Amino acid sequence: MSEPAITARDLTRRFGSFTAVNAITFEVEQGEVFGFLGANGAGKTTAMRMLIGVLQPTSGSATVAGFDIKTQPERVRRRIGYMSQKFSLYEDLTVRENITLYGGIYGVSNQDIATRTGEILTRIGLEHAGNELVRDIPLGWKQQLAFSVALLHRPGVVFLDEPTSGVDPITRRRFWELIYETAAQGTTVLITTHYLDEAEYCRRISIMVDGAIAAMGTPTEVRQAVGAATLDDVFLKLTRPGAAA
Amino acid sequence: MSDGPAVEARGLVRRFGEAEALREVSFEVGPGEVYGIIGPDGAGKTTLFRILVTLLLPDAGTARVLGRDVVKDLWDLRTRIGYMPGRFSLYPDLSVAENLAFFAALFDTTIADAQATIAPIWVQLEQFAGRRAGALSGGMKQKLALCCALVHRPEILFLDEPTTGVDAVSRKEFWDLLGRLREGGLPIVVSTPYMDEASRCDRVSLIQAGRFLVTDTPTEISRGYPRPLFAVRGPNVLGLLSALRRFPHTAGAWPFGEALHYTDDREGADAEQIGRELTAHLEAAGLSGVSIAPIGASIEDAFMWRMAQERAA
Repeated sequence: MSEPAITARDLTRRFGSFTAVNAITFEVEQGEVFGFLGANGAGKTTAMRMLIGVLQPTSGSATVAGFDIKTQPERVRRRIGYMSQKFSLYEDLTVRENITLYGGIYGVSNQDIATRTGEILTRIGLEHAGNELVRDIPLGWKQQLAFSVALLHRPGVVFLDEPTSGVDPITRRRFWELIYETAAQGTTVLITTHYLDEAEYCRRISIMVDGAIAAMGTPTEVRQAVGAATLDDVFLKLTRPGAAA
Repeated sequence: MSDGPAVEARGLVRRFGEAEALREVSFEVGPGEVYGIIGPDGAGKTTLFRILVTLLLPDAGTARVLGRDVVKDLWDLRTRIGYMPGRFSLYPDLSVAENLAFFAALFDTTIADAQATIAPIWVQLEQFAGRRAGALSGGMKQKLALCCALVHRPEILFLDEPTTGVDAVSRKEFWDLLGRLREGGLPIVVSTPYMDEASRCDRVSLIQAGRFLVTDTPTEISRGYPRPLFAVRGPNVLGLLSALRRFPHTAGAWPFGEALHYTDDREGADAEQIGRELTAHLEAAGLSGVSIAPIGASIEDAFMWRMAQERAA
């Protein structure tokens, strides 16, 4: 196996006296789909912001796509894709214009942009809507478009922050099939989600509680380690130790 | 509280320009019932709620809440309805206690008078009484919003996506709270995009593209799944999916948590027979280490089946 796509060693971030991320250590292999789970406020977003090179750690270290997030954050940013929860497509631009704009920002050549625009539209079944404003296309397509745009510059690692909120169950599954295809082509995927059934689609997961990683492994390993039948129960046991039935 | 239906909607239609947000929606909520409206973003849930809480006029159809017409009797209704909108609508710069006091004052009541109603929620919020509402966690914001919706002791509660974006444990806690409110006989109409929450409701309607796909108890909706359904497990998910979709009798194959769900198109066919054929088909496709087991449908299976039928129609 080649070197890991993500390596974090005692990665820590404090805000004043509050420790948002507390010495987390983990590795993600190339082409792996890794689920990054935790309750609201557990530190997922802070950890992710460090890994994508927009927030400096207080201590510890991490490399992403071969670069150090502390000393080479701009190179990290160039080698990763990021899809935020409120995916940052321009609503007033058309589908094609969004692809062209992001391609330009990431330094993709005009020729590649043209080829990849065609590929993206075919892949997500949006050929008919290339010239429509993004604001006029359904949410499910926006999500798939935002994901495709995050992959436009062929990043080694892509970060997805709750990409499937609010869509119907069929659209949600189509999105996961895109994720599987992407991973099968060698791109590493780190994803956060509130749908615990989606965590089961990941090869491995980690569950953050109060800034630390409380459990990590394949979904089966995590269920066994925590002694719970479902990931719902795992979550309940880890985040509300007193409340578990 | 009356014994008549808590909500009676007949043929509700609402358009926004060209878009039909609601297409002839009819349903009834019984007294003391917890009724779920379940569907994705953009299905029409919020439009329906806004009509029922007298904030939006329907283009056609009628609706009565607590026996009162939502158009003609709106002033009477507004003091009787508790409404928690989908978007957090409290004052972020006011403290938890100030928000609650403000909503109590709007309805000419006090927090003390509301204690009996809000007690189960307030015990969880009290420790944050002095904190700015904007600085609360997602789960606590929802609880405060629920408290504010209850402070005037309404006779019915409308909760529009109270658990969206909240983590799984906070969602469970929120539903536990609703369970306690329903013990007091309060009818609750609640919408959600999370299919697994259907089981917490007495009855649900699945909504998609402005139309109800089905209305029933969660158990009956699951039981009514019309085709043999199987959980298929194996190491190569993408390979399994594509092989299952090439099987001549496939009526659907989707990832479902740690398994794939496969629906066979042969109504009433023998499960063992299908299992043997599937095993042979998958082995011929070079997929080994696969397990196949007949299963009962979840609400999500049922929703997806109905959606696929609508699309095909």
